[in-house]
Amino acid sequence: MNKHDPVDVLIIGAGASGAAVAWSLAETKMHILCLDQGGWMKPSEYPSVGRDWEARFYGEWSTSPNIRGRPEDYPINDDNSPIKVVNFNGVGGSTVMYTAHWPRLHPSDFRVKTLDGVADDWPINYDTLVPFFEENDRIMGVSGLSGDPRSPLTRPPMPPQPLGLSGPLIGKAMNKLGWHWWPSDTTVATTDYEGRARCINLGHCTPACAQGAKASTDITYWPQAIRAGVELRTHCRVREILTNEHGMASGVVYYDEQGVEQFQPAEVVIIACNGVGTPRLLLNSVSGRFPNGLANSSGLVGKNLMFHPYAQIYGFVKEPTDSNRAPPTCLWSKEFYDTDLSRGFVRGYGIQFTRGAGPVFEAVASEQKGILPWGADHHRVFRRLNGHRLAVSAICEDLPEEHNRVTLDPVLKDSHGIPAPKIDYTISANSRKMMDHGLARGREILEAAGATDICINDPIPWGGWHLLGTARMGTDPARSVVNEWGRSHDVKNLFIVDGSVFVTSGGVNPTSTIQAIALYVADQMKQRLANLFD
Amino acid sequence: MSASNELTAAHRNDLRAVAAMIVPASDEYKVPGADDPAIQADMLATMGRDTMLVRAALDHLARLAGKPLAELDAARRDTVAQEFRATGGAAAATLVRVVLQCYYRDDRVLRSLGIELRAPFPKGYTLEQGDWSLLDPVKARGGNLRPVP
Repeated sequence: MNKHDPVDVLIIGAGASGAAVAWSLAETKMHILCLDQGGWMKPSEYPSVGRDWEARFYGEWSTSPNIRGRPEDYPINDDNSPIKVVNFNGVGGSTVMYTAHWPRLHPSDFRVKTLDGVADDWPINYDTLVPFFEENDRIMGVSGLSGDPRSPLTRPPMPPQPLGLSGPLIGKAMNKLGWHWWPSDTTVATTDYEGRARCINLGHCTPACAQGAKASTDITYWPQAIRAGVELRTHCRVREILTNEHGMASGVVYYDEQGVEQFQPAEVVIIACNGVGTPRLLLNSVSGRFPNGLANSSGLVGKNLMFHPYAQIYGFVKEPTDSNRAPPTCLWSKEFYDTDLSRGFVRGYGIQFTRGAGPVFEAVASEQKGILPWGADHHRVFRRLNGHRLAVSAICEDLPEEHNRVTLDPVLKDSHGIPAPKIDYTISANSRKMMDHGLARGREILEAAGATDICINDPIPWGGWHLLGTARMGTDPARSVVNEWGRSHDVKNLFIVDGSVFVTSGGVNPTSTIQAIALYVADQMKQRLANLFD
Repeated sequence: MSASNELTAAHRNDLRAVAAMIVPASDEYKVPGADDPAIQADMLATMGRDTMLVRAALDHLARLAGKPLAELDAARRDTVAQEFRATGGAAAATLVRVVLQCYYRDDRVLRSLGIELRAPFPKGYTLEQGDWSLLDPVKARGGNLRPVP
């Protein structure tokens, strides 16, 4: 095994949180190295540059690593879960392939136990994260409309996306019902912004933005971090973290692009591999001192996996919608975000609205749902459906439950022979009631918009975007994996900065909060450099 | 015997027949069917990673039909098609998706739908601002975040 010169800080994963922590720590002038199993992306190869852009979503640009199967991907056994894991592996991580929807967790999301008597409170609060939310918004480049009365105050540096054709249809329906709605904060640039060109509405931009208008960390944080001296080594898949006789992390074993085993020593190791990749790596890092996996004296590594179960309902209106000619999400609602026990469940959900779909997606999805027939009537029905879809998704707060977990699959392995993660997950009774409530309210919204042919995805099966809770933070080493500033309770030079550290999940997309936490942990590290391991 | 990633002539004949059943030609909308030679050629040329499942679907279809699909009378063909879709699982879904994804990128079809014949990038699309006064009632209602002790 080749051994490299030691570095001060080794970051594993170049996605949302890894990029943020690298950028923040760069000012220390320490030798910082990031290893990522994927490579740099090539926007000239993104789907929207070709006429076959929709077909590619079903293959090498699928959101599912199991379908996509790029060399950078690792397989995930999610057979025992109604929600399948979706992600992206490469520089930028899943920010390359996300909707750019950009809400923050609410202040109340950090006090779930206090307010509602369930789960646990976080050891940090919203106010602690505010400066890091703001810094992150500036670097990622956020568009939106300040002043949402039902969301935490934000100051997006760019104006919101246009409402287009779909937005007013949703807005009118919500106004008819007297319910809250607001233009989403997004990381889609609506003006030219710090080297990024403004959005030109290439269509459904989830599978990467050829224009570079959508913020992914390969075009936001990473160029700045590299200019500041951070080294990013690509196509390097970490197998395990090694420890020394003092119980400290000594470095990592990884496979380079040629598949050659390498050892990279480091003074500090930071894991940023998401809520599935992080527990996988910790559980695969066993030793005599850590027989149940690294940083796992609590036994909680991999447990408390939280997705956001998405209950989606959609229908078709007479008016034309934006279809594929705009970013997919444009509006949110927080009408049902907070606990109201009269609804029969605790906590709540955000709603995100979707503008429509492209013709191939519409044909495939509608045929599968049985509303687009085979035969002579196909053409008439397709013309009624295509370009007329409106969708409502309830993004339900999942509460932590230890039986929802990530373990190592005893059989399935990746291309380097590293055990694949195995997901065991069930939707809780509380989440189920929340989803039912969301579907019923979604139906009211669609009916208020005049929609017909209503269909549901309950849950969205390939909707496991948000991978949270599997190395939770807390002050009690028996009940958490990392402390209140991201350091492992067990291994004093090991930090975790991704969604694994979430204590609860909130009812919104988590990337903004994940990155704010990464910046906060980096800030804590910088403040404690003299006694980081005490 | 052909390799598992190739379609035989019988497979191709059945693919053409089932594609025509999914999307037949229409004089009314001035569009070809999915059995059109150019669309069929697109399917065969771009099937790639889907070939194995499409082949499995066509094998399933052949078992249900008992003979080439095109040789069945219309009523029997419809019965077989319904059974195929109901029992074909992921393989049948893949076959249907391959048919539709090639059909709905054909120039003649897109022209009929009023869709421009181009990739989204680099021209993009124009999105109208919409009526922002619709937010006025939301602003007027106001609201608060849930208080935190």
